[in-house]
Amino acid sequence: MEKLLKIDRRIIFVLVALAVTIPLLFRFKMAVPPTKHVKSMYDKIDSLPKGSHVLISFDYDPSSKEELQPMALALLHHCFKKDIKVIGMTLYPAGTGLAEKAIKETGKEYGKKSGKDYAFLGFKAGSSLVILNMGEDIYSAFQEDFYGKKTAGMLALKGVSSLREIDYAVNLTAGGIYEAWIVYGREKYHFDLGVGCTAVMGPEMYPFIQSNQLTGFMGGLKGAAEYETLIDHKDRAAAGMSPQSVVHVLVVCFILFGNFLYFASGRKQ
Amino acid sequence: MSFLKRTVPMIIAFIMGILMVFQYYVPHEASQNLLKVVTRWGMIISGFAMFIGAYSLFHLHWNKIKLKVSGWGYSVFVFFGAGITIIFGLYNGGEFFWNDKQVGTMFDWLFDYVQVPAGATIFSILAFFMASAAYRTFRARNKEATILLISAIIVMLGRVPIGTMISQYIPIAADWIMSVPNLAAKRAILIGVSIGVIATSIKIIFGIERAYLGGGD
Repeated sequence: MEKLLKIDRRIIFVLVALAVTIPLLFRFKMAVPPTKHVKSMYDKIDSLPKGSHVLISFDYDPSSKEELQPMALALLHHCFKKDIKVIGMTLYPAGTGLAEKAIKETGKEYGKKSGKDYAFLGFKAGSSLVILNMGEDIYSAFQEDFYGKKTAGMLALKGVSSLREIDYAVNLTAGGIYEAWIVYGREKYHFDLGVGCTAVMGPEMYPFIQSNQLTGFMGGLKGAAEYETLIDHKDRAAAGMSPQSVVHVLVVCFILFGNFLYFASGRKQ
Repeated sequence: MSFLKRTVPMIIAFIMGILMVFQYYVPHEASQNLLKVVTRWGMIISGFAMFIGAYSLFHLHWNKIKLKVSGWGYSVFVFFGAGITIIFGLYNGGEFFWNDKQVGTMFDWLFDYVQVPAGATIFSILAFFMASAAYRTFRARNKEATILLISAIIVMLGRVPIGTMISQYIPIAADWIMSVPNLAAKRAILIGVSIGVIATSIKIIFGIERAYLGGGD
């Protein structure tokens, strides 16, 4: 009993590694029923007419890519499929590479062109100040796009002068920047906002959902998998559901077994 | 000197603080133009802050190398990694930094094949430590810990597709935990933090809180 309680942590690490790799090697499909919060985001984008403008702020860096990049790709697939104009930007300096790759490669699949069907504005320092500046004048905040082209007169931005004219904004975030998007963006300039966040941040979104400050949210890889299910384009997030499920079950087993040993050994520390 | 170091910044903070508070509630064109100018200034200052951040990082690691503190070898890698990235960033695939950013350069390669996998690896290590901590420390020691433990198990299973396969009630229970007790706790924390932020802002505007001036008083 004592030995089991003081088990070498490397054994636990090996079990976790196996729980991840085995489902990846022997794939088994799992149904991912969409939750109401993800469905709200999907419905909002799906209800937009052709030529509407959706702003996606890719506020994450490579450390949270595995959770947030599948969300970005799913959103982009949905928007491009519906001929919605996408405005991409990032408030994270390390987010530009991921954002550009996502927009460019997904756009290519649908024959979309930069400057005409989408605009990638790149990175700007200042977080909440950038949001406020965009709220007043989008061309003042981003005079040029990521590729150095003038934003004024850009076809993809036609009809948009500030955040007020944005039909829907999505903040894909790995940090607290979503609060700035709510306070300085959504509340001040009155546009609909959705959030895609890491799984650990998910619980923080519920107060904003109840107060209708957020139209919906996607939490972690599961949120991305739900969106992939809704757009009928199952990709990396849906594939990641089986290893994630097995690891969750393994962690639950660890907790239960650890507690069983704890009580069986007379509650020894 | 004290006048320039303390009094002038406090006057600026007071004037700008009051001005921006009123600006938020005034939808007049002049007020909007003011916001546009101030936020552009802020964005420029934020750009400079990035240089200060880089300087601070290099300064810290240079001191670690100089004093040979424990783990100073890792600091060498900071200079090595940053140096290579800066060189290839400025080189810009042979077009140099004064031209538009080129695609498919060594800089892009470093991002795609070094920074992205390294970042993902560091983040994924979390799963191993969480599993280890769950086994070793997550104990039903008292009533509160037991409630937390049961909630955690329900949420963990309810947030993955396998939860639905075990029982259709698990996701419903998980959603209730998130939408009711979690929401109440999060909202209470949010209100507390917001009141704290307002109080600190008022203290800064009126010169009661001066830590931002340096010196710690």
